[in-house]
Amino acid sequence: MNATQERRQRWRQGLEARQRSPRSLWRFAAPQQFYPLAGWLAPWFAALAAVLAVVGLYLAFFVAPTDAQQGEVYRVIFIHVPAAWMSMFLYLVMAFWGIVGWVLNTRLSFMMAHALAPTGAIWCFIALWTGALWGKPTWGTYWVWDARLTSQLLLMFLYLGYLALTRAIEDPRRADRAGALLAIVGSINVPIIYFSVKWWNTLHQGASVSLTRAPSMATIMLVTMLVMAFAAWFYSIAVALWRVRTLILERERHTDWVAAEIDRLAAKEKE
Amino acid sequence: MGAVFAAMLRREMALAWRGRTEVLLALSFFVVVVCLFPFGIGPEANQLRSIAPGVVWVTALLASLLALPRLFEHDLRDGTLEQLLLSPEPAVLWVLAKVAVHWLVSGVPVALFAPLLAGLYDLQPDVLPLLAGTLLLGSPTLTLIGAIGAALTLGVRSGAVLLALLVLPLAVPVLIFGAGAVEAALGGVSYAAHLALLGAGMLAAVALAPWACVAALRLAVQ
Repeated sequence: MNATQERRQRWRQGLEARQRSPRSLWRFAAPQQFYPLAGWLAPWFAALAAVLAVVGLYLAFFVAPTDAQQGEVYRVIFIHVPAAWMSMFLYLVMAFWGIVGWVLNTRLSFMMAHALAPTGAIWCFIALWTGALWGKPTWGTYWVWDARLTSQLLLMFLYLGYLALTRAIEDPRRADRAGALLAIVGSINVPIIYFSVKWWNTLHQGASVSLTRAPSMATIMLVTMLVMAFAAWFYSIAVALWRVRTLILERERHTDWVAAEIDRLAAKEKE
Repeated sequence: MGAVFAAMLRREMALAWRGRTEVLLALSFFVVVVCLFPFGIGPEANQLRSIAPGVVWVTALLASLLALPRLFEHDLRDGTLEQLLLSPEPAVLWVLAKVAVHWLVSGVPVALFAPLLAGLYDLQPDVLPLLAGTLLLGSPTLTLIGAIGAALTLGVRSGAVLLALLVLPLAVPVLIFGAGAVEAALGGVSYAAHLALLGAGMLAAVALAPWACVAALRLAVQ
């Protein structure tokens, strides 16, 4: 064993000791510890998301004024913009968990990345769909090859690639790491794609409508959008936590505590 | 360290020479697909001229994709890959050598054939060297990104289709700057920035992609 390996093993033992320590936050890196924590946290985030969504939708439909130029149709941005933000943000979070998983060798990090991917893909799809619905009355077309639209579409493909790759590989260890690697490569590429598409678009003189020259927004519109963004964020957290609980049960099914938990869930179902 | 690079280079060249029909297949795919577009679009010269750079570039991208699953497959099947990864030599070096030869036998022929085919699209003769040049400058990046995809999907069922889904979105910037340079030249604008960005992309890919590729290969043989 050479010095590097020795150092690595010592470090790993230290990490495992920290994970076992009952008072260290590191203990939640162990799936068995994280499972109840996620179960406790998820309903809170879901409730918070529901409250914020109700408040946000009320503000969006009844408080925010009609836009002087676009009329009522602009109200779709209260869904569209948070969805677009979330789709980009969640990809970065996925890549973050991928890096954490590669560096610290924690299975839970990869499970978090797995759990986030479907939600991110759905946000991406919602952003594209609502964008098309907004574009038809405003620009007169469902689709233009604008830089933002195009990079959003490519982000959708990146999500689909991640989902397809992690589902196609049967060995979970390889699926985890291959997916994380792809997410990391993709997250390096996302800004490159954005700027290259932007440049391509300006060279082509294609779309005459620019989203970047948006007229200054009324404060109430901005507040509504932020409330909706937080609702989307907390929803994503809640759903990811629920999904990670299912993943933990599936991956750890050979352990005693999961067998006991499944028995408990089955008993609850019977009642 | 240079020895392992050179040895791998010699081995891959010999293998490529012995399997030269495989090399010709990707090239003939490129030729056939480029010739297919006028049938779908119509033989009008103006229209063909305006789409020529894009068609050649997209087809070159697809042709490079077609050859990629071969990159590590044979070595995985006969166990060479495992032995190579177990050897104490730095894996990044021989991966780079493999990718270099792959580019030499798949990217370079396409780049050399492209000007001939662009002639069918009535492209101005003075931009033909530029078309070949952008392909020569851009295809190493495509091969390197593709090598990561090939390593990730190695031995996975329906890996070739998966490979396309993984690699194509990542290849978009190369496509934009490659085809964009030719179009800029056609429009009478300077294309130096396009070439500089293509070169920068290639250098970044040479520096970073082999590491990701090695990491993915280690996963594949475990």
